[in-house]
Amino acid sequence: MSSRPEFLAPPEIFYDDSEARKYTSSSRIVEIQARLSERALELLALPEDDVPRFLLDIGCGSGLSGETISENGHQWIGLDISASMLNVAVEREVEGDLLLGDMGQGLGFRAGVIDGAISISAVQWLCNADKSSHEPRLRLKAFFGSLYRCLSRGARAVFQVYPESIAQRELILRQALQAGFGGGLVVDYPHSTKKRKEFLVLTCGSVPTSINDGHKEGDSDDDDDDSEEEENGMVCVSDRSRPRKKQRTNKKGKGREWVLRKKEQSRRKGNDVPADSKYTARKRKSRF
Amino acid sequence: MRLITHNMLSCNIKGVTNGFPLKVEAEKVIEKEIDFNPDFLRHMFAKIEWKALVEAARSLGYAELPEDSPDATVIESAADESLLKKLHHALLELHLEEGALVCPETGRKFPVNKGIPNMLLHEDEV
Repeated sequence: MSSRPEFLAPPEIFYDDSEARKYTSSSRIVEIQARLSERALELLALPEDDVPRFLLDIGCGSGLSGETISENGHQWIGLDISASMLNVAVEREVEGDLLLGDMGQGLGFRAGVIDGAISISAVQWLCNADKSSHEPRLRLKAFFGSLYRCLSRGARAVFQVYPESIAQRELILRQALQAGFGGGLVVDYPHSTKKRKEFLVLTCGSVPTSINDGHKEGDSDDDDDDSEEEENGMVCVSDRSRPRKKQRTNKKGKGREWVLRKKEQSRRKGNDVPADSKYTARKRKSRF
Repeated sequence: MRLITHNMLSCNIKGVTNGFPLKVEAEKVIEKEIDFNPDFLRHMFAKIEWKALVEAARSLGYAELPEDSPDATVIESAADESLLKKLHHALLELHLEEGALVCPETGRKFPVNKGIPNMLLHEDEV
């Protein structure tokens, strides 16, 4: 593969006006995109009850994949980083709403509102560090974390990706699983180098009954995303047995500040933690 | 941008805990008719923040929605078609074409051009 666009320039620069137009006017690309989005929708496995769903198209570009979503009768929001591509989408009068945004900065959606997400040939862009501030691992983490949050329970996300190498595929998959997703890779035409297409199929807490009953709802003062994620997550972090490091203690103990910090950490994880009081971290009397 | 998208969007700046709802500053609003689909509205109703929707619709110059969130049973039953029609109009037919979205916590403005909100963050906001 000599001409991967990822190698040439960052997406917002590579897809300038002329490239955006070229992309959308090539009947070959249009056809491939349509076929890929059709397949992605199929893998999304939305319930067949003729109710339109609210989907997210990440890296929607000029709305080629969005068109397939519209044809299937669903509503969608498209996100892309290239303004030129979005301008072409506006000209083509796509039905979905368009947002100019960077998926590596995380998606700014409320929790649990999206019924499914697809992305055609976009996620591999995240593996590039185009600016000095870019760290692929962190950008993937921000992306998958925020996606996990905004998907409703049981929703799926399907990404068609062109990973450059095995390491890159591993990186994407690992970050997705770390964010709490379940799922894996579906490969179409695995034996053909040209036709081979990889789809990352992720499910978001597909088990309707909560697995971890050990935790109750997080404390009311601090139940942010973490507790929510844990609640409908598939992995209960606190249940993993992991050999504890021996902690050094001096005679005085760790002190009140340390205890308060640890309690705060535990609270953020969504555990039930007793409230702080003046007795917190006091020593017992020696005669006890 | 339609109000259904506005109702889902929240501010994504690092450190912002309450980035919802974004305030709407409308300069140009257009309407596009689309097919009325009560099933979709019923499906979406549970996910919509009513207050934010009413406020956003007002700032686009549409004040027909009732102030208080209607009961879910009213939406479920097919009886009140007019309410669903209003909801349909507010959610899917009003488009914010030019204007801005303003983060309620930091006051950061996200400009909207040609119906596309620019949600790109600066490097110090990530």
